[in-house]
Amino acid sequence: MINTQNLSFQYDNEELMSFPDVNCDAGEMMLVLGQSGVGKTTLLHLLSGIIRAKGGSVSIAGQNLSELSDKKLDHFRGQYIGVIFQKFHFIKSLNVLENLTIAQKLAGKQIDKNRCKELLENLQIGHKINSKINELSQGEIQRVAIARALVNNPAVILADEPTSALDDSNCQAVLDLLSTQAKQSGAALVIVTHDTRLKDMIDNKITIS
Amino acid sequence: MSVLKLAWKNIVSNPLNLILSIILFGLGIGLISFLMLLNTQLSENFEKNLADIDLVIGAKGSPLQMILCSMYHIDNPTGNITVDEAKAFLNSGHPLLEISVPLSLGDSYKRHRIVGTNDGILELYNAQLDQGKIWAQDLDVTIGAGVARSTGLKIGDSFKSSHGFDDDADLAHDHSAFNVVGILKPSGSVVDQLILTNPSTVWAVHDHAAEDHAGHDHVHHTPPVRSNEELLQHPDKDITSLLIKYKDKTNYRTLSLPRAINEHTDMQAASPPYEINKLYSLIGVGTDAIRWLAILIAFVSAISIFISLYKSMKERKYELSLIRVMGGSRAILFMLIVIEGIILSFIGFVVGMIISHGGMEIMSKFLQASYRYDFTGWRVISGDAWLFVGSIALGIVAALIPAYQASYTDIHKALSEKN
Repeated sequence: MINTQNLSFQYDNEELMSFPDVNCDAGEMMLVLGQSGVGKTTLLHLLSGIIRAKGGSVSIAGQNLSELSDKKLDHFRGQYIGVIFQKFHFIKSLNVLENLTIAQKLAGKQIDKNRCKELLENLQIGHKINSKINELSQGEIQRVAIARALVNNPAVILADEPTSALDDSNCQAVLDLLSTQAKQSGAALVIVTHDTRLKDMIDNKITIS
Repeated sequence: MSVLKLAWKNIVSNPLNLILSIILFGLGIGLISFLMLLNTQLSENFEKNLADIDLVIGAKGSPLQMILCSMYHIDNPTGNITVDEAKAFLNSGHPLLEISVPLSLGDSYKRHRIVGTNDGILELYNAQLDQGKIWAQDLDVTIGAGVARSTGLKIGDSFKSSHGFDDDADLAHDHSAFNVVGILKPSGSVVDQLILTNPSTVWAVHDHAAEDHAGHDHVHHTPPVRSNEELLQHPDKDITSLLIKYKDKTNYRTLSLPRAINEHTDMQAASPPYEINKLYSLIGVGTDAIRWLAILIAFVSAISIFISLYKSMKERKYELSLIRVMGGSRAILFMLIVIEGIILSFIGFVVGMIISHGGMEIMSKFLQASYRYDFTGWRVISGDAWLFVGSIALGIVAALIPAYQASYTDIHKALSEKN
């Protein structure tokens, strides 16, 4: 579902960074491990088309990202990629439900409130549907972030450090949650992290150094 | 969840940030709108009250004062002239004059002037009777619609006057009660604010008062004076001025009439349009200064809208990047900020309209007292439409730079910043 080949990127006046290939099929899970500062976020942004690669290619659901114009790439990202950010960015002026419906709207899909409710209930935060983001606990915010990444049934879910701030039992729970949700919606799940606890839980993995 | 709705939510979720720029913008727009509203109504007032009066004749003094006194009733008389002096112009056989209306001024009631005159004044101002009848006997009065409204006087009521425009009980004339016999329809002219009676009523009230002060106790038996012919029977009596309408404005003898009066008599003649234009140019300097001040305020407030938008755009860099990640294009970010600018300026415009129209409605009572004319805030003028267009344009312009910056936010950088 998501494949890269000889991906490389270069910041101004810095050395060329090369990344090992990422290959993850629908319903599967893949781990990208790496210490802080080795370019994990850069890879994540390359995979999601937030930045464009210097060399090599990213292909999602058969579409080579470098072939898309900026505008088409924005649109493609909204439809095919769900991103779970480390810092859980939301639009503060909107409530939980509105943060999900705006994701549908921006991806050019029909607003489907039932789909949002279903997702939130699946994630056991159905009762928070009309809450503001800043009224939620850290764990609840993480679940809303997962719900938003899933709301458009993306082909690929990219998760940035989803577990690094959590203790062992919660770490396991979140990983289970992510993998179940990804399997259910048939999406490829790529987790980018420095959290070595995940190393033994996922078979398909690469390490950046 | 449309872009418009998102822009609206962004604004209402953080209103404190924006309140200053909205108030400032509203103040600028409000001031401009208020000036336009005042200007429109004032010039309508002046123009309506020109009422085709070609010439005013009165005692020598300031011609502008005479016009303001005799036509707008917002100043004191320059003095009086005797009927004898004015007799040529009271004669209905005068070849140049179509209408000649004498005015005898002196007293007022609750800041409404009592005018001794004849029914020619109704013809001049196109005033019509609403209820009752036209004044006939001395001490009978027919009152304008504005007088009836503000004093509550009805037909059959009686009241006592006071001297000049002062509403001072000490100056009240004790012995003469006026009787309301008629009320006029609203005409939109100064007549709405006047109390009309015979010239002889004004004389009687004054002579009576004078004799009272001198310690006498006379009763007057002069028959009421109504027409100009009757007025000519009393050559030694005073009137304040004459309002004249020519038969033919372009007749060369008509054109030389004012000069003849000014040079060969103890009276002066003044042309209302000429004096009013002089007054306009005097007032114009003041309103111009205020207008520039208002434009300056509007400009500064546009800058403050720009700063608010810029600041809130910087604070929301993550959110804006997020919108891109979720599939929104650069154009959507641009639109979002521009729409926020439009919403801000629209709210500012509404605040401005409330300030100007509400302020005008509140001030109308004071303005009415000093200008003898009905002012209202509940009126939309074409200037308001232009202000609306201008406000929205200003909001868009103020939003352009923040919108451009928002659309070119480096989302990779914004999303990787560590804090």
